[in-house]
Amino acid sequence: MSGASSAGQALTLRLSKSQKRLSLLVKIGVLVALLAIWHLVTVDEFVSPFFLPKPDEVLRVFFNIIVTGQAWPDLKVTLFEFALAGPIAVIAGGAVGFLISLTRYGTRAFEPIVSSVYAIPIIIFYPVSVMALGIGPESKIAHGALFGFFPMCLSTIQGFSRVDPLYIRLAHSTGASKSQLFWRIMLPAAAPTILTGVRLGLMLSFLAIIGGETIASLEGIGHRIVWYAEGMQTGNMFAYIVFVIMVAVLMNTALSFLEIRRGRQ
Amino acid sequence: MEGEALIKVDDVRHAFLSKTGEEEVLALDGINIDIARGEMVSLIGPSGCGKSTLLNVVGGMIAASQGHVLIGGTPVKGPRPKDVAYIFQESALLPWATILDNIKVSLEFQGVPRASRDKIARISLTAVGLDAFGDSYPHQLSGGMKQRAALARALSLRTDILLMDEPFAALDEQTRMIFSEDLSRLLANEHKTIVLVTHSLAEAVFLSDRIFVFTSRPGRIKAVLNVDEPHPRIPTFMTSSKFNDLRNRLYELLRDEVLAAIGKDRQGLA
Repeated sequence: MSGASSAGQALTLRLSKSQKRLSLLVKIGVLVALLAIWHLVTVDEFVSPFFLPKPDEVLRVFFNIIVTGQAWPDLKVTLFEFALAGPIAVIAGGAVGFLISLTRYGTRAFEPIVSSVYAIPIIIFYPVSVMALGIGPESKIAHGALFGFFPMCLSTIQGFSRVDPLYIRLAHSTGASKSQLFWRIMLPAAAPTILTGVRLGLMLSFLAIIGGETIASLEGIGHRIVWYAEGMQTGNMFAYIVFVIMVAVLMNTALSFLEIRRGRQ
Repeated sequence: MEGEALIKVDDVRHAFLSKTGEEEVLALDGINIDIARGEMVSLIGPSGCGKSTLLNVVGGMIAASQGHVLIGGTPVKGPRPKDVAYIFQESALLPWATILDNIKVSLEFQGVPRASRDKIARISLTAVGLDAFGDSYPHQLSGGMKQRAALARALSLRTDILLMDEPFAALDEQTRMIFSEDLSRLLANEHKTIVLVTHSLAEAVFLSDRIFVFTSRPGRIKAVLNVDEPHPRIPTFMTSSKFNDLRNRLYELLRDEVLAAIGKDRQGLA
């Protein structure tokens, strides 16, 4: 088993260098193609500029928002909410996941529960958050933390419970203490899976906060998009949409980078 | 210490619960083995005969249902990292650590002071001919090299006893032959007491002083073969008539047991 998988790993590592450039080209190509389609369908007003403004118009507004700092007050609110919700999700999910993984019984009993809760649309609990905590940042923080908790918790359970028993036998046979077993074997073995949970948890937490802001809020980036939509200012709306996409892509890239670096070790 | 057994397996019997739950399976019954210091012993038998279980009882990884094991006169009640080192079927190298760090982690677990770990690890890597691969990661090594690294790790622990659980199982035929020869040469210098679990008749004859043949489940000792041949064993031993006679004798002893084991499996299927 390990022979085949390590051979596969070596193969992907070897290929990755030449493939990296190709995949970057493909990414840029897709982006250019999307922009081109956007331009083509709007240039002769095939699609009404009211629903979809021209790309150059949206980009002009987008840069205007950045340069004038117009987006800053809303971004500050959203980032503040995320700065609390994200870490809460990761720490609470990691801690609960670790406790569950400590016993085989706990894993068997709770892993299906956590993964089935993960599958239900947690958005249905958002009204409860708003009812309990109000329309301000508190409800978004609670909602974001709840959304991010489950993937983090599930990944932590899976990371710790799927450590190759052979490594544990090796540690026992050489006299490892409990803390040595945790720090030297369990944690590094589980780290790649847990880091995937960190990335998923943070991303979902961010998505949930933006989503919550679009549903019921008085401030934040998500709220601003709805606000412009209701005001029929589609140029501004799309500029903010592009802004959110940029933030999400940047975050995902940063987190993936962390994951890949750790995974290679 | 002549005459006094280093490892004494005293009337060991082991039963475990079957996977389905209530049924008790008798894995080992009435096992008595004395192993002298410096002796190399093989346990061979059909699949499921309990030979790996016995190895784990000797290593303190499993507590036997009845009977006990003495190492150096004291009963085994758990892993004895100062006395016993393991080599597993798969190399069990940690994929996130370099070969050198893999060895150093085991030394750390064993309680070797930090200052001397690096030196000990490098000496044992040199002994198995992997001194150039200390900074490589396990996935960069071939199967044979990985098993060599696992051997280096076991040697670095400087235990009197080495327990090997089918260490060749994951290797191809040619690599196995070379590894056996290397092992014989290395271990002749180390004067370790070795218990080897194997499926391979040739390896058992090539490496052992004594071979314990097990019956199919429940595992009992059916016969003991003596291989009267000095160490290190050289490749020509493998083509000698003595080697072939022993191998054939072993085959005869095993054949009935393997058939019996297959028969039991078939009954289980029906």
